[in-house]
Amino acid sequence: MSDTAVFNAKSPWSGGKSPFAVSPGKLMMWVFLLSDAFTFSSLLTAYGCQRFLASSDTAPMKWPDPSVVFNHFPFLHEHLPLLFVSLMTFILIYSSVTMVLAVEAGHRMDKKSVLYYMFLTILGGIAFLSCQAWEWTMFIGGTHEGGIINGVQVFGANLNVNQYGPAAFADLFFIVTGFHGFHVLSGVVLNIIIYVNVAAGTYERRGHYEMIEKVGLYWHFVDLVWVFVFTFFYLI
Amino acid sequence: MSHDTHTAHDAHAEEHHHHEETFISKYVFSMDHKMIGKQFLFTGILMGVIGMVLSMIFRVQLGWPEANMSFLKPVLGGWINDTGKLDPSFYMGMVTIHGTIMVFFVLTAGLSGTFSNLLIPLQCGARDMASPFVNMLSYWFFFMSSVVMMISLFLSTGPAAPGWTIYPPLSALPKAMPGSGLGMTLWLVSMILFIGSALMGGMNYIVTVLNMRTKGMSMTRLPLTIWSFFLTAVLGLLSFPVLLGGCLLLLFDRSFGTMFYLSDIPAELTGGIERLGGSPILFQHLFWFLGHPEVYIILLPALGLTSEIIATNSRKPIFGYRAMIMSLLGIAFLSFIVWGHHMFVTGMNPFLGSVFVLATLIIAVPSAIKVFNYLATLWRGNIRLTPAMCFAIGLVSFFISGGLTGLYLGNAALDINLHDTYFVVAHFHIVMGTAAIFGMLAGIYHWFPKMYRKRMNDKLGYLHFWLTILAAYGVFFPMHFMGLAGVPRRYYAFNLLEEFDVWTDLNVFISVAAIIGGFAQLIFLYNFFSSVLKGRPTEQNPWGSTTLEWTAPIKHIHGNWEGDIPTVYRWPYDYSVPGAEHDFIPQNVPHEGDLIEPNDHQSYRSPGGGGGHTDTHEVHFSVPNFFKKLFGLKPATA
Repeated sequence: MSDTAVFNAKSPWSGGKSPFAVSPGKLMMWVFLLSDAFTFSSLLTAYGCQRFLASSDTAPMKWPDPSVVFNHFPFLHEHLPLLFVSLMTFILIYSSVTMVLAVEAGHRMDKKSVLYYMFLTILGGIAFLSCQAWEWTMFIGGTHEGGIINGVQVFGANLNVNQYGPAAFADLFFIVTGFHGFHVLSGVVLNIIIYVNVAAGTYERRGHYEMIEKVGLYWHFVDLVWVFVFTFFYLI
Repeated sequence: MSHDTHTAHDAHAEEHHHHEETFISKYVFSMDHKMIGKQFLFTGILMGVIGMVLSMIFRVQLGWPEANMSFLKPVLGGWINDTGKLDPSFYMGMVTIHGTIMVFFVLTAGLSGTFSNLLIPLQCGARDMASPFVNMLSYWFFFMSSVVMMISLFLSTGPAAPGWTIYPPLSALPKAMPGSGLGMTLWLVSMILFIGSALMGGMNYIVTVLNMRTKGMSMTRLPLTIWSFFLTAVLGLLSFPVLLGGCLLLLFDRSFGTMFYLSDIPAELTGGIERLGGSPILFQHLFWFLGHPEVYIILLPALGLTSEIIATNSRKPIFGYRAMIMSLLGIAFLSFIVWGHHMFVTGMNPFLGSVFVLATLIIAVPSAIKVFNYLATLWRGNIRLTPAMCFAIGLVSFFISGGLTGLYLGNAALDINLHDTYFVVAHFHIVMGTAAIFGMLAGIYHWFPKMYRKRMNDKLGYLHFWLTILAAYGVFFPMHFMGLAGVPRRYYAFNLLEEFDVWTDLNVFISVAAIIGGFAQLIFLYNFFSSVLKGRPTEQNPWGSTTLEWTAPIKHIHGNWEGDIPTVYRWPYDYSVPGAEHDFIPQNVPHEGDLIEPNDHQSYRSPGGGGGHTDTHEVHFSVPNFFKKLFGLKPATA
């Protein structure tokens, strides 16, 4: 064949020393995370804007106090402000810890440990998503008392109106935690794919477990974003 | 493993693969950066023609608002009413789509997509992009985005019409006007797909430039084209996500009843409940945080191509290579902190406005450095006026004349008067529209031999150049005077108010120039396509260039170079070196006394423990293979 190339198709890098001692794939993950950080920043900027608008003197409604809105806990009928969301945060951070352990096991080429810790990480992700589903259910369902918004009795929350305060409060809650939840869901799917690959021995044949590091980067990023979301929506 | 057995082995593997290469894998779902570059170019040219035809139609409307336009009925159908008048809402739609197509589809994807894909691997000395697969996805997201945008032209309510900046509330209330309906939704969907494409492309460009350069290719030996593509990709990577956030919120406002951007909107307009508490200005901030870097996303690649073309065709090193890099960096940084100058009339605090004025005016410094360096490169050069060189010098001309009016507009005190007048239209069409188009055309003329292994016709090229530059100045130069006199942009007809009557003749002149400019592009299209089919063949290095892409064989091969990739020993501008045999020395020619080592294929190891990047470097794509690979079920290739 005249236009077939004679080259080493295995490695994209056939130049000199790799400039950053990092593989292109891993660098690309970093670059992607940088751009994703800007997406979240734009949403959090929108949050800041709405929050300031709501705190002006002319604002029709005050921003609600999150510790009053989010005070439910499954099976407990007391008011426990922010306890459940703290549990969610703990689960997510804990899943980051297991991810670190999976990466470390990958460095040791210890397939069994990688599988074990990846399983725990996936479990943590699913647990977080389930908690979020419960949290949304409580938020959408509202309380028995409801609230009076513009002279109308309102129960619960949707994108148009909510019992807690300005519409933007629920809108932003849904879009920002939803967008974050979508990232967690994608992370869980990625982790499952990687888990299957580990189980099939793909990385053992390849000679390294770098893919675990790449999804690990993504997972830690999602975790880091949650810290910001948690701070802005629940603590401040 | 010895080198010989290694390459022989690979050649065998390649040959084996080659039988499987089908039309689909070679021309449609290609993962070869050169083919993807051509795909971007074709789509960009197609979109450019559509955008240009729209502009010619609305120039006819503006030049002869009383005329009977029934002759356009076969094309526009119901948008021409029974008395032969163009529908005003479709006029708004055409203006919007013209802006969107030109800014995003032609000058972002068409320009950056084409030349980044073609030149980054070739000029850096890489086999392909860091991830050929993501690169292919980038093109197909762009393609889908173009299709969605084109579909919106055929809706009964017309395409999106709130202007290419899609400010709410016009864009956020589906019932506000015909163009706010489904057309606007499709615009947003198309833009979200486009952002996906831009991000995937940008990630690839950045990683390829940072991580895939050949041996000896340090950052300060990179051609300025690569520097500009790299910084363009950085700008896109950091600004497009913000538009993504903005578009998502807008989509929610339109379709799901949220109120991020809406305030004081009565219930009858929304068909539901009253909208309170949002901020339309928030959208403008999010939009222009993309919008201003976007100007440089458009301009920087054109400047990079120009640097290369001017140096090559002046047979001189580019003047101030490092100053050129620093000015690119300066422009890239400053472009992120000046977006407020698009919003001086939003009631912004005057002190904040003055900060934006200061930052904006500082951009004049790196821009002037670039202009003077171009002029200094041309100074006493051995200039060859190829068509590409003509267009490159044309870019410098537009960059000067458009940049100077930027100084007026960057100043809040003047901008408040000039805002939304034809002065603004003239300014940005000259400095980013025409200048960037000239850079793109220069690039096509210059790298056509690399892309198609043929030469374009020079005579037609000169004709195209002169008609285009005269038409472009004829269109945009008079607009400055209209703008200074206060003629607003986006008006459907200038015969409705008596005050505009004095501009009738000038509008006719502009329209005639626009139509001449439009037809001049037919010369280019003819030249381009006839040269693709039966142009005269080119030699390997037709312009006597120093950069690596001309060391690759004329025939396109996957992997770019047969055997080893070239090693770089010198910077990219060794033109007319005293005492040298030729007036150019390619980058891969060693200096006397350089230690020449054979390339070491095995020198790269990922920190993960081995050169295991086969996953990003599969040559052939098929859906079953993709899923097999995804789950690691594909047997490891020998």
